[in-house]
Amino acid sequence: MSEPSLAIRNFSDLANPTRFLALVAVLWPWLAGLTLCLFAAGLYLSFTTEGDYQQGETVRIMYVHVPAAWLSMMCYTVMALSALGTLVWRHPLADVSAKAAAPIGAGFTFLALVTGSLWGKPMWGTWWVWDARLTSVFVLFLMYLGLIALNRAMDDPARAAKVSAVLILVGFVNIPIIKFSVEWWNTLHQPASVVRMGGPTIDPEFLHPLLIMAVAFTLLFFTLHILAMRNEILRRRIAVLRRHAARAAGRKKGAA
Amino acid sequence: MRLVAEGLSATRGEDLIFRDIAFEIAGGEALVVKGPNGSGKSTLLRVLAGLLPARSGSAKLLAAPHAAERLSEAAHYLGHRNAMKRELTVEENLSFWKTFLGDMAGGAGVPVEEAVEAVGLGGIAHLPFGYLSAGQQRRMAMAKLLVAWRPVWILDEPTAALDAAAEDMFAGLVTAHLARGGIAIAATHQPLGLEGVQELRMTGFAGVAEEVW
Amino acid sequence: MIALLARDLKLSVRAGGGALIGVLFFMTVVAVIPFGVGPDLNLLSRIGPAILWIGALLASLLGLDRLFQAEREDGSLDLLLMQETPLVLTVFVKCVAHWIATGLPLVIASPLLGLFMNMDEVAIGATALTLLAGTPAITFIGAAGAGIAVALPRGGLLVSILVLPLAIPVLIFGVSAVYAAIEDPAPFLPPFLILIALNLFFAVIGPLAAAAALRLSSD
Repeated sequence: MSEPSLAIRNFSDLANPTRFLALVAVLWPWLAGLTLCLFAAGLYLSFTTEGDYQQGETVRIMYVHVPAAWLSMMCYTVMALSALGTLVWRHPLADVSAKAAAPIGAGFTFLALVTGSLWGKPMWGTWWVWDARLTSVFVLFLMYLGLIALNRAMDDPARAAKVSAVLILVGFVNIPIIKFSVEWWNTLHQPASVVRMGGPTIDPEFLHPLLIMAVAFTLLFFTLHILAMRNEILRRRIAVLRRHAARAAGRKKGAA
Repeated sequence: MRLVAEGLSATRGEDLIFRDIAFEIAGGEALVVKGPNGSGKSTLLRVLAGLLPARSGSAKLLAAPHAAERLSEAAHYLGHRNAMKRELTVEENLSFWKTFLGDMAGGAGVPVEEAVEAVGLGGIAHLPFGYLSAGQQRRMAMAKLLVAWRPVWILDEPTAALDAAAEDMFAGLVTAHLARGGIAIAATHQPLGLEGVQELRMTGFAGVAEEVW
Repeated sequence: MIALLARDLKLSVRAGGGALIGVLFFMTVVAVIPFGVGPDLNLLSRIGPAILWIGALLASLLGLDRLFQAEREDGSLDLLLMQETPLVLTVFVKCVAHWIATGLPLVIASPLLGLFMNMDEVAIGATALTLLAGTPAITFIGAAGAGIAVALPRGGLLVSILVLPLAIPVLIFGVSAVYAAIEDPAPFLPPFLILIALNLFFAVIGPLAAAAALRLSSD
């Protein structure tokens, strides 16, 4: 029997966990290194650019807040694609991907909420307002936590993945609806004067560090994601080995 | 040490399941309760374990090294369910029961590893209980009898899910328990492979307790 | 007893444990309120303490039905009933473990939700403090309901129905202590001390009632 090649020729080769692990082993130091470099550059630019004349130094929160908020949505998109992979193509790695992305997405969403709250206190004079965008991000956060709880509540990972996939997809169609309904609900009640989510009109001065930080955050997400997937695969392998150990113990004693 | 039961009767709802059951077992002896399905074997064992109230009569442990107020305190009960948590490892389960149950005077439980060896499943105690097959789970539940010393073992269909080898293993455990001066009461269809045991034959439904309505 | 405490805590954090769910439910319930009453910050900060209390009350009822049912399903309850250790003590320890796993996280999460409700620092502190003093009482009195409903199918809903009326005093004194802390004329200590007294009282009668119910419903 010839040694199976670990080269990845087409996309479906990724479905093989062993090949995926080999790829991760090669890829992750590069990704991590690149992420670090971009973060260094982004943070340097963030702190050396001038503050906004209205918002002062607090505008620097934007360089963390906005990428984190983007990532919170991108992560859900990745999960929705993985959920499709689980349900439609029954990709063995898709459910691992969805499961691994949930805590990372919850983390980015939490970061976006916290930084937004810190930004809101000096700007709006309160930690939290029930503004449309804030509220829909908070709902997204609750969805992430719900998905994590659902995954934890079932001991069979394959079944848990299918059920979560359904929920992820329902959420994916539902989140725009939530967002619109919340916006509609909000304009009904709240005068538009309090909240100015547009922030300062983006000037190249702010745009460059923001873009670099956004790319850095995206790479950070992918680094964390593939590492989390690796851990999940290894965790499942350990579970399989343990089940085999249980069966083997029974057979050995039965024969003796 | 003697276990004396006199005039035991018990009801489920309004049905009298059995009445006037009396037996006496000395230390080192076993009692096998036999009878068809529904003849009240499980009910009798649960009455002895103090989990169901007896309608009349009593079961007492006399001349025991440790005066137990109730028979149930001096007894292990192995029911249909294993009383182990699927989420915890076998080792965690057993050491919990070892600490929680503690030893009665007149004997000592064996360490968890030894108990697992004794039921023939050494080496997999680190696995979550839920990973084991039904037979393995049953054998681990038997290991629970060993980790804390109780003079009386009350066993309800102990070998129902087990193969012949495991049955032999379990007969060995019971024999060793009897050799240490213990008492075993088992309800079973299978011959337990024990010698010189008393038999109690249950006949089942003994009539309606009393005409209330 | 320490072993029982440790085992129950371990079970609550293992896969399938309910430790996370209670907090999540709490957050969701509280987050839904503004959609109902509107995003008026002044209104929210006024009703915030009451909403946090009601949310915490509902969330702590959530996992209560599993307190004894899980033990009954795998047969552990039989063994717990047979022991020399007083059953009341066993039940008490199980309640303590249950509170640490589900009640304490609610207390810890409450300041965060207080921020969402636009409550000020005093109100947030007072709410967290009263929840710390009051949620154990809910768990203890809830144990009585859980003991009564242990053998019933769909006991979960029944436990909530049985326990909610019993928990009303806790809610009344908890919320009034918070409002006493915010609004000046009313003193904070009397309702707070009554809350603690309720806690101690329920810590006695809850496990007693639960133990009696467990003995009676064993079959």
